[in-house]
Amino acid sequence: MNKASDFIELTLPAKADYVGVVRLTISGVANRMGFSFDEIEDIKIAVSEACTNAVNHAYKGAEEGQIRIGCGVYDNRLEIMVVDRGKSFDYDTLNQLGPVNGKSIDQLNEGGLGLFLIESLMDKVEISGDEGVIVMMTKYLHRDEVEENVDRTSPAPTQ
Amino acid sequence: MNLHITQDTIDTIDHLQLVGEVDAYTAPKLKEVLVPLTEKQGATIVIDLQQVDYMDSTGLGIFVGALKSTKKNDGTMKLSGMTERVKRLFEITGLTEVMDIDNEVKGEAR
Repeated sequence: MNKASDFIELTLPAKADYVGVVRLTISGVANRMGFSFDEIEDIKIAVSEACTNAVNHAYKGAEEGQIRIGCGVYDNRLEIMVVDRGKSFDYDTLNQLGPVNGKSIDQLNEGGLGLFLIESLMDKVEISGDEGVIVMMTKYLHRDEVEENVDRTSPAPTQ
Repeated sequence: MNLHITQDTIDTIDHLQLVGEVDAYTAPKLKEVLVPLTEKQGATIVIDLQQVDYMDSTGLGIFVGALKSTKKNDGTMKLSGMTERVKRLFEITGLTEVMDIDNEVKGEAR
């Protein structure tokens, strides 16, 4: 149950040009696993947000870096890891980001919604890393509705 | 994986129609068109999102910035026709509270 049956890895230049490519790839994997349309859209947004953060913040001005994306395909979940080797987040400012919550438009920041969205759209999110950032996110499959699709792509668990 | 923007000015109202995806890659293109509109004094901007099939926080950020800029210049900005998916993003982030969103408009009804 806890062993990934498949692992998919992508390495891309940390450029906005390729975020859409990541999205397409991930939506293909999630579709194969039997996630619903809405779940796939959620995963696409979450992965894009993590990649966009890497593109925008990790290698600011400096040499062009890379983003690595790893997908662990499990019986009951999809784990996606987005890794960069740029500067890591400032955790103190992270806590100040988030939804509107009664703030006026002047108090809103144009950035900063990305991580909030990742946390809202995925079931589990872990952010770590000293040099660079590792965003690890998990989406669980709700099997009852998708039994048919799941059986085609992953080994059937013993009942 | 691209964004097409059609701009049209009818009776001093600036209409933008977006077709495609709004993400980090297409954002500069949208900003380039939208920002000058928001800087006009007293502008009325209506943005049709009916055919936007993907948007993430980059897009939300642009609309937050555009709204700030229109308010500063005594203008208004309205988002219309967004799909359920896009609407959900605005709801999760609470932006429905601050944005003028009109989803009643149905394609041909305008």
